[in-house]
Amino acid sequence: MSTLRERMTTQLGAAAEPLAGCSPADIPLFRVPREQFNEAARTMKYAEARLVAEWAADETPFGRGFAVYACYNRGTEFLLVMSDLPEDEPSFPSIYKKYVSAWRFERQMKSLMGVAPLGLPDARPWIKHEDWPPNTWPLRKSFDPKTRMARMKGDYRWVRAEGEGVYEIPVGPVHAGIIEPGHFRFQAVGEEILNLEARLGYVHKGIEKRFEALSWEEGAGLAGRISGDTTIAHALCYCRAVEAVTGTAPPERSHWLRALMLERERIANHLGDIAAICNDVAFAFLFFQFNILKERLVRTNYRLFRHRFMMDLLVPGGVTADLDSQGIEEILGELYALSGEFERLVVIYDNNPSLEDRVRDTGVLSPEKARDLGVVGIVARASGQALDSRIQAPFTPYDLFPPRVTVLHSGDVHARAWVRIEEVRASIKLIRQILTELPEGAVRLPLTPPEPDRSGLALVEGWRGEIACWVQSGPRGEINRCMVRDPSSVTWLGLEQCVHGNIVPDFPVCNKSFNASYSGNDL
Amino acid sequence: MLRILHQIFRTGVVTEPLPTEVEAEIVEIGVRLEAAIRRKFRRSLVIRQVDAGSCNGCELEIHAINNAIYNCERFGIHFTASPRFADMLLVTGPVSFNMEIALKRTYMATPNPKIVVAVGDCGCNGCIFGESYASLGRISNVIPVDAHITGCPPTPTDLLLGILTVIER
Repeated sequence: MSTLRERMTTQLGAAAEPLAGCSPADIPLFRVPREQFNEAARTMKYAEARLVAEWAADETPFGRGFAVYACYNRGTEFLLVMSDLPEDEPSFPSIYKKYVSAWRFERQMKSLMGVAPLGLPDARPWIKHEDWPPNTWPLRKSFDPKTRMARMKGDYRWVRAEGEGVYEIPVGPVHAGIIEPGHFRFQAVGEEILNLEARLGYVHKGIEKRFEALSWEEGAGLAGRISGDTTIAHALCYCRAVEAVTGTAPPERSHWLRALMLERERIANHLGDIAAICNDVAFAFLFFQFNILKERLVRTNYRLFRHRFMMDLLVPGGVTADLDSQGIEEILGELYALSGEFERLVVIYDNNPSLEDRVRDTGVLSPEKARDLGVVGIVARASGQALDSRIQAPFTPYDLFPPRVTVLHSGDVHARAWVRIEEVRASIKLIRQILTELPEGAVRLPLTPPEPDRSGLALVEGWRGEIACWVQSGPRGEINRCMVRDPSSVTWLGLEQCVHGNIVPDFPVCNKSFNASYSGNDL
Repeated sequence: MLRILHQIFRTGVVTEPLPTEVEAEIVEIGVRLEAAIRRKFRRSLVIRQVDAGSCNGCELEIHAINNAIYNCERFGIHFTASPRFADMLLVTGPVSFNMEIALKRTYMATPNPKIVVAVGDCGCNGCIFGESYASLGRISNVIPVDAHITGCPPTPTDLLLGILTVIER
């Protein structure tokens, strides 16, 4: 099978011009004329590549107009396609007919950057709400981030269902539990859900714009607050993108410590999620038991790193904390106790028919839908997609100890819970391997500022799934653009598709089994 | 079922034997909390948590005060689904432009007298998000706030202590 790069050159010929300036060097970047942006998408679709992300950048500081980018992936191969868009008429042909997830990416680009996807039938804004003043495009360089916005009149046009006995249930933005805000609109007949539409954007804090006012080092603190539960993975992805664009190679030991923190974050969040899934089917016993394990884990984090969620430990160029032999012993001892207790609880989970009755065949996302939507992470792996950035875009020590990737095919709540269970086991094993062979040495290097007009891409497997971060340096070597794609941007689509035909009372457990981030999606 | 019972017996009560560094503190806070809640709220302080734009970090810690180890219900603290039943709003921020209306409506829906507590550095001062087109910054820029609990995010101990401080006033 020819590589994506070869497919691109044979299909588009001279129209696909390879560009330098994007790091890491093994990810090719092609410039195509904007009329052929969708042609490139078609080529990638036929090559069975997945759309990782699609985004726009304002390149007027370089004397150009705007630019639209798309990132594709197949196996271990990643490829970027970009098109220049003129400043006075920034439009490009939409690729939504090839990739469903582009639907929302393009609505978002149109709302926040003011570039027009031609042919996209959905004119509703995304992230930006209808009551924003017209022609507000915050990601443009001409937009002052301090602008105090006025509120206009405007309503979201929901998808409607009509017929005898059809009714609507609006939920949110302020939900019934201790969770983030978002609005869900159900159409239902009796107890059965006909359709669900999510409207997000409530926690849009202007993160991508905020990056542009920060230094490369300060950016790590903001990246660590994109989604508080994923602080390590987001900060790591940002740091790796910055290291790619600046050509910094952090010390060996720091990579290993980063992997250790990433796996600890994965275990803690998976434990919390398995607990919450049990809670949503009224099995309070396991909810409390799994949460005790999670609490112990975050307390160890506090003792070792002075922060329960390990915030602000990662910086471009390395890490700010180190681990001594006593710390290593403490983690190993904790893992021994944790894994024993965890296995006992898993037996209880597995042997409980009333639990099984609620989680099996509930919220099924079929492998076909999962592939078409381009979902990632635990959601993808529970629906037959073997996607894991730790295998597809590994860094040391993942290349030495590739984690076991669990792929299930039933796509139901149980599969998503079970993938988490297997991943807790795999992460425990991985941490033990990391600690046994942790290399000695420094943990941080100073960062050299990047040259102007360079870009860097990084992919990191957070506990939810693949995070993508793309940074671009400006004319003075500052941050010109920082694009973040949280796994939730694509898994929210999966949630909407999996609830059809389920009963309304099962929605909370379906939602919990995805546990998509609102803050990571809204940025 | 036997496995469940066995696990319950081997777990025992985890709420009381706390790790040394927080044990004394939590127990002391707890006793005072319980006394204050008994006196002022007829044994039950009902809290509605509102995320007005946070990164979800503060929510994790508010969840944690409900886990078996901190177990805030033993002091009479209960989280409710509706602001109509609430004595206190725990608001995390910064307040996003898109949440401003929802936050004001939740505040209006909470019956008087009500206590509003801003939680986390973002809720107290906007933190790294600051004030911008999308972020209105601190909670008190949007609704009246009675007390602040700082931290990024505040630990469960900070949260319990913060709640105690405001109701003891």
